[in-house]
Amino acid sequence: MNELTHTASIPRAFFALLRRDLLLAFRRRTELLYPLMFLLVVVSLFPLGIGPGPALLARIAPGVLWIAALLATVISLDSLFRSDFEDGTLEQYLISGHPLTLIALAKTLAHWLVAGLPLVLLSPLLAIWMNLPTRAMGVMVATLALATPILSLIGAIGVGLTVSLRRGGQLLSLLVFPLYVPVLIIATGGIMAAVDDLPYQAFLGLLLAGLITSLTLAPFATAAALKISLS
Amino acid sequence: MLTVSQLTFERYFQPVFKPLDFRLQAGGLLLVTGANGCGKTTLIRLLAGILTASEGSIKSTAAGTAYVGHLLAIKDDLTVVENVRFVRDFLGTGSRAVSEVIEQLGLRRVAHQLARTLSAGQRKRCALARLLLCRVDLWLLDEPYSNLDDEGIGMVDRLLQQHSDNGGGCVVATHGNHRPPIAGRTEIQLISGHRSA
Amino acid sequence: MSSKQNIKPRKNALVLFFHKMGSPPWFFAFAGKLIPWLWAVFAGLAAWGLYLGLFRAPPDYLQGESFRIMYIHVPAAWMSMLIYGLMAVMGFIALVWRVRVMEILAMSSAPVGAAFTLAALITGSLWGRPTWGTYWVWDARLTSELVLLFLYLGVMGLYSAHDEPRKAARAACLLALVGLVNLPIIHFSVKWWNTLHQDSSIGITGSHIHISMLWPLLIMTVATKFYYAANLLTRARVMLLQQDLRKGWIRDAVKLNDDSGLNQGITQ
Repeated sequence: MNELTHTASIPRAFFALLRRDLLLAFRRRTELLYPLMFLLVVVSLFPLGIGPGPALLARIAPGVLWIAALLATVISLDSLFRSDFEDGTLEQYLISGHPLTLIALAKTLAHWLVAGLPLVLLSPLLAIWMNLPTRAMGVMVATLALATPILSLIGAIGVGLTVSLRRGGQLLSLLVFPLYVPVLIIATGGIMAAVDDLPYQAFLGLLLAGLITSLTLAPFATAAALKISLS
Repeated sequence: MLTVSQLTFERYFQPVFKPLDFRLQAGGLLLVTGANGCGKTTLIRLLAGILTASEGSIKSTAAGTAYVGHLLAIKDDLTVVENVRFVRDFLGTGSRAVSEVIEQLGLRRVAHQLARTLSAGQRKRCALARLLLCRVDLWLLDEPYSNLDDEGIGMVDRLLQQHSDNGGGCVVATHGNHRPPIAGRTEIQLISGHRSA
Repeated sequence: MSSKQNIKPRKNALVLFFHKMGSPPWFFAFAGKLIPWLWAVFAGLAAWGLYLGLFRAPPDYLQGESFRIMYIHVPAAWMSMLIYGLMAVMGFIALVWRVRVMEILAMSSAPVGAAFTLAALITGSLWGRPTWGTYWVWDARLTSELVLLFLYLGVMGLYSAHDEPRKAARAACLLALVGLVNLPIIHFSVKWWNTLHQDSSIGITGSHIHISMLWPLLIMTVATKFYYAANLLTRARVMLLQQDLRKGWIRDAVKLNDDSGLNQGITQ
C-alpha cells in the first residue's frame, strides 16, 4: 500500500463498509426477525379480518402480499442510517473524501440483503396462506426480487431526510408511500396478469427498468438528503 | 494551510459566533477556546466541511482532513480490533498493522472486547485511531482530552507533536485547562454571536 | 450591489431584477406593492368567470346544471399540479444557490398548492355525487390528486418536523424535487391502473366541451393564477417577517400607525 496516499481506494472502502454493515446486522441478528414477524402477522390479519373464503383471499392476494411487503420495508428502513447518525459515523463518511453517493449505495445494498432478501424468500409461504394460485407464484417472487431493491433505494432518500428527527420513522411512511405507488401498481398488475394467464413480461420489464433507474438516481438524492440532515 | 476570513454561521437566523478571521500554517496548532455554547463544535464542523458557512470563506490547501468529534464514530457492536480494522480499510493507508495502532493507543488489553464494554476513556482512545491510520494534513479535534486520564492526555500531546513535526496542521477545540505544549501554538477565543450573551 | 456597464441595458435589468429579489428587504417591499393589484385582478377575473360559468353558460345535455362545478374543479386541479412544479423548481434554485427568499417562496407555495388539491378533491367528490351516485370514485384523476395531496402533506410535514428553519426548508425542497421526478411516473401508473381494473375508464370530464362552456373555464384558469400569486406573496412576506424580526431592516420596512408592541420589542 502506498504510504503517501491518505485515503483507501473507493472499491476497498465500499466493500469494507458493506462487510461491516453485514457484520453489525449479524451481531444483532434477532432484530432482523422483527420485520419478518411483522410481515407474518400483517398477512395473517387479512383472513382474520375479511374472512377465510379461499376465492376471496386468492383475489386479494397480490395486493395484500405487496402492501404487507411495503409496510415491512418501511419498518425496517428506519435503521438504515439511524445508528450511524447517532454515533457520529455518518459525519465521518462525509469527511472521508469518498463519494457519499457510493456510501449510500453500499448501505442500501447491505440493508436490502438483510431486510429485503429475507422478505423475498419468505413470500412463498405468505402466498400459500393467501391462496395465491401456484402458476402466479414465480411471478410474485420475481416482482418482489426486482422491486424490493427499488423500495430500499427510494426509501433511503426518505430515511436520509428524516434521520435527524426524533420521530423520523413515523414521518417516513408519509414521505415514501406516494413514491411507492407506481411500484405497487406495476407489481400487483404483473401478479394479477399471471393469475389470469395473461402475459406478464411487460410488468417485470417495467420493474427492471425501475430498478436500473433507481440504482442510478436514488443514491444521489440520498447523499444530498444526508448532507442536509447532518447540517 | 488554512485561511479563514469573516466566517459566520447562522442558526435560527442568529449568528452562532462573531465573525472569525485566522490562519493556520503547516506545522501549526490552533487552539479554539470559549465558553460552552459559543460555537467551538460548530467551527470545527465548518472546517470539516460538514456545515456550510453563511458568510465568509474557508480556503484550505490541506491534502486530506481527519476529524475526531464529540461523537466518537465507533460501533458498539464491534470489538476494538474490528473498529480499527474498519477505519483502516475505509479511510487509511493500510500499511500500518492494526495491532501496532492498538498498541500505541494503549488498548492491547481490551483489543477483543466489544466497544460497548469499554470505559469512556478507552472509547476515546479507540476513536483516536483514525489519526494514526491515515496520513492527512489537517487534524480537527473537538475536545480530544475529555474522558482521558493523565497518560491519555500525554498520548494525545505526543500525537499532536508528531503531527506538527511532520508538517501537519491541527485545530483543537477545548474548554478545559490543558494546553498542548506545542511550539507553533496559537489560540483564539470564540465569542457568542447571540445578542443576549 | 455590483455596478455594471450599460452595454446591454435590457439583459442587465432582468439579471439585476432577480438579484434584487433575492435580497429580503427588496423582495419584501416589491411584493408588498404588488399584492393589492394581484388581489384586485383575481377578484375581477373570478367574478367575471364565475358569472359566465354559473349563470350564462348553457346547461350540459348530459349532466344538466351539475357540470358547473367544473369551473372550480378543473382550474383547481391544474393549479395543484402547476404549483407543485413551481415549488420544486423554486426548491431546486434554493438548494443549489442557497437563496433564502427562494426557500421562503417554495415553503409558502406548499400550503397553497395543498389547498388547491383539496379543493379539487372536494369539488371532484361533489361532482361525482349527481353524476355517479357516490361521493367518491377511484378514477384516474381523483386518485392522482389524492396522491398529489400526500406529496404536499409530506413536504409540509417534513418542513414542520425539522427544528432549524433553513435546514427544514432545504430538506423539504429536496423532497419536493424528488416528488417532481416521480410525479409523471405516478400519473402514468395511476392512469394505467385505472384501465387495468375497469372496463371503461370512468372520467368526470368525459363529455365534449362546447366553446361557450370553455370561455369561463379559461377565465377561471387565469384567475386562479393571480390568486396563487397574491396568496404566495402574502405568505412569503409573513414568513420573512417572522424570520427577520430581529434584524434592522424590518424597522424601516414595516410602517406602524401606533406604538404597537412590535416596534417596542425590536428597539429593546
